Amino acid sequence: MSCWETVQAYAFRSFGLGERLLPKADITLCEQVTLIGSGMLWNLYFGVLALAAGFFLATGLALAKNAQNPWLRKPAEWFIFVFRGSPLFIQFFLAYEAFVLLPKVGVEFMLFGIEFNATTKWLTRAWLGALIVLFLNTSAYSAEIFYGALRSVPKGDQEAADAYGLSGWHKFRRITWPTMLRLAWPAYTNEAIFLFHATTLVYFSGFPAWKQMGDALYYASYFADKTFNPFVPYPLVAGYFIVLTLIVITLFGMVNRRLNRHLPQAQKKRFRFRPQWIR
Amino acid sequence: MFSYCADPKTLEGLAWLSCYLTNGVHMKFYWSFVTVLVLLAITAPVALSFGFAGAMASRSHFPPLAWLGRIYTAMVRGVPDIAFFLFFVIALDQGLEWLRHHAMCPDWKEPIRQGANFLVCPEAKLPQSSAPQIWHEIYNASLAIFTFAIVFGAFAANVIYGAMNAVPKEQLETAHAYGMSNRQTFWRILVPQMWIYALPGLSNLWMILIKATPLLFLLGVQDIVYWARELGGSKTSVFAYPHPDWRLYYFLFLLVFYLAFTRVSEIALTRLTRKLSRGQATMAGEAQRKAAA
Amino acid sequence: MNKLILSTAVLAMTAGAALAQDVVRMGTEGAYPPYNFINDAGKPDGFEIELGNELCKRAELTCEWVTNDWDSIIPNLTSGNYDTIMAGMSITDERDEVIDFTQNYYPPTASAYAALDEGADLMGGVVAAQVNTIQSAYVAESGATLLEFATGDETVAAVMSGEADAVFADLDFLAPRVEENAELMWAGEQVPLGGGIGMGVRESDTELKAKFDAAITAMKEDGTLNAMLKKWFGDDTQTYE
Repeated sequence: MSCWETVQAYAFRSFGLGERLLPKADITLCEQVTLIGSGMLWNLYFGVLALAAGFFLATGLALAKNAQNPWLRKPAEWFIFVFRGSPLFIQFFLAYEAFVLLPKVGVEFMLFGIEFNATTKWLTRAWLGALIVLFLNTSAYSAEIFYGALRSVPKGDQEAADAYGLSGWHKFRRITWPTMLRLAWPAYTNEAIFLFHATTLVYFSGFPAWKQMGDALYYASYFADKTFNPFVPYPLVAGYFIVLTLIVITLFGMVNRRLNRHLPQAQKKRFRFRPQWIR
Repeated sequence: MFSYCADPKTLEGLAWLSCYLTNGVHMKFYWSFVTVLVLLAITAPVALSFGFAGAMASRSHFPPLAWLGRIYTAMVRGVPDIAFFLFFVIALDQGLEWLRHHAMCPDWKEPIRQGANFLVCPEAKLPQSSAPQIWHEIYNASLAIFTFAIVFGAFAANVIYGAMNAVPKEQLETAHAYGMSNRQTFWRILVPQMWIYALPGLSNLWMILIKATPLLFLLGVQDIVYWARELGGSKTSVFAYPHPDWRLYYFLFLLVFYLAFTRVSEIALTRLTRKLSRGQATMAGEAQRKAAA
Repeated sequence: MNKLILSTAVLAMTAGAALAQDVVRMGTEGAYPPYNFINDAGKPDGFEIELGNELCKRAELTCEWVTNDWDSIIPNLTSGNYDTIMAGMSITDERDEVIDFTQNYYPPTASAYAALDEGADLMGGVVAAQVNTIQSAYVAESGATLLEFATGDETVAAVMSGEADAVFADLDFLAPRVEENAELMWAGEQVPLGGGIGMGVRESDTELKAKFDAAITAMKEDGTLNAMLKKWFGDDTQTYE
């Protein structure tokens, strides 16, 4: 099989398309690159969706944690504490155990029809179950970052907003929220990088792989087992992730520039990579 | 442990549980908590020193050194720690043995790589294959610590580099005005003031380090998650204490342990922040000064 | 047996340089009862541990047990972190290309399906297997939907929870579980897979391999191996003629 044929056969193997059986003997470098790249699609899927959904929950949680009302504040504090305070490893395990138990617990609700039954079954699959865990996890971490930023929104900004007659939702949308994002962005970029790295844990310890459809690390360990040589597949995963990290940094950098576009040049520099020397 | 534990098959209820929880494997489980804490206590300062070296290299005026520092931080930060652990330890081990092989057995004729095999002369083996098991364990643990330190050192370097840049320029200019050399300015002015800026990032890193300990098993250290999985799995009657799948309880216990550990760390780090803020040119330091006055 | 391990450890410590080559480090997984597992005292135990110690005694070697994760058990052998593998490892052509095996000390294994229902759909349903085993490769080719878990224990748990229709694993790994669990039962036919279980050694260690081969032959001839098989796997297990 030529390399191009391999790409055609395995490029979307991680989603169950193309060749059904994985390569077994005489494994070529091309096959490793293609399949591990195919697995990266899952890492992208988990990372992008969890970040996108987590962004909104995180904003809500940060506001709740900042609220005066203890009924809002306490649950948000606990949620953030539990998800930030325990290893993702354990969160995956407990979530999987809980999801597996669901249909049994929900037997009496079967009356609602097949649909309910089907939805609980999906929870034990990585594409939904692991996504939920990652979503909650990144929400908690991002919420803490946003909360810290919210606390450091300059008093003057708020006073100026009041003076202009802005209040309530309008004030939040136009003044508080953009400033909060601007302050939180560098730390949030790091969180995004960490989250993409965390997606490698999904199949490694959390959820079972279905029909040999897994992420980059799943295929890497498959190849490491078949070729008995860990020095090719794992560095390949590392290489893919370095590229992914660079892309994340670039995209988040673009957003950062947009968030800071109104600031005077000198202050803008504070949020950029500063290679100049202090002396 | 207890005298009545001699025949577990006859025991029931609490007596069974007390014997079960004090048998040999459980003792190993409890010890693994100590192991993890000790490894953390060693890894943290080592990683910090790697980070400090990385940050110093990144700031260097000598371009190759600066590049080296930047590449180290950028590369290691870009790779998921788990993928790194899966090949780096074996690579490190082989690298060390390769060096020793060339130093100690110059007369060795056979190639080191034979197919998949990696063969060095017996004298170059690390540790010697005749060494007692404890040395093998210590060697494995050192490799694990070194690997962890490399990964977390890269993150620490990033934080420390940022913190060094955050120290107000005026402080350094004043030092120069007093006639201090570059070296003196760095060690007497920059480094003492930098910590307060680095602390939020470093404490975040400490939290991440705590939560990365389940990966220790990948590095050949039998950590608490390994034992929880091993002990919790269902046990057939080959074992003295058969039981069904109890992993859920063990993992819930670990959850409580980790939550407590991070909570205690948070409290300790808050105290440390307050202490370090004393006399610093920051808002917190200013607030303390006002409160005292 | 614990005493034996202890005494070998003491021997290893007191052994001089002359004996240096005779310390053989035996790699095992420690998570595959009854082949090998960590017993309640926290020591490696099981059929392979008892057998390994006996083989070492006959070959006049000093042996020490090392546990290693299944995933990296072969790379760690080839890079010399231990000298043998006794971890329920079936002799397969793929593995044989990278390492060498002694003759088998456990007859070619039957693998079997276990399920909650005798009529479970084994060819079209969901079948759980441990990742990177000959069983998982077999299921992938059988047409069933393969569900892979990191440990053998989880594969059985998946059947109990209804996640998978059946589990496919070594007969002897499943046997005690099927016996002791009223809900779990055998399904379908047994499938012979692999060339039996042998001890893995580096391809360059021909001398070590020969020593162990000789010891295994001796144990097969005087019947001690069969007695050991019966002790760990029950009277109905396959034995050597």
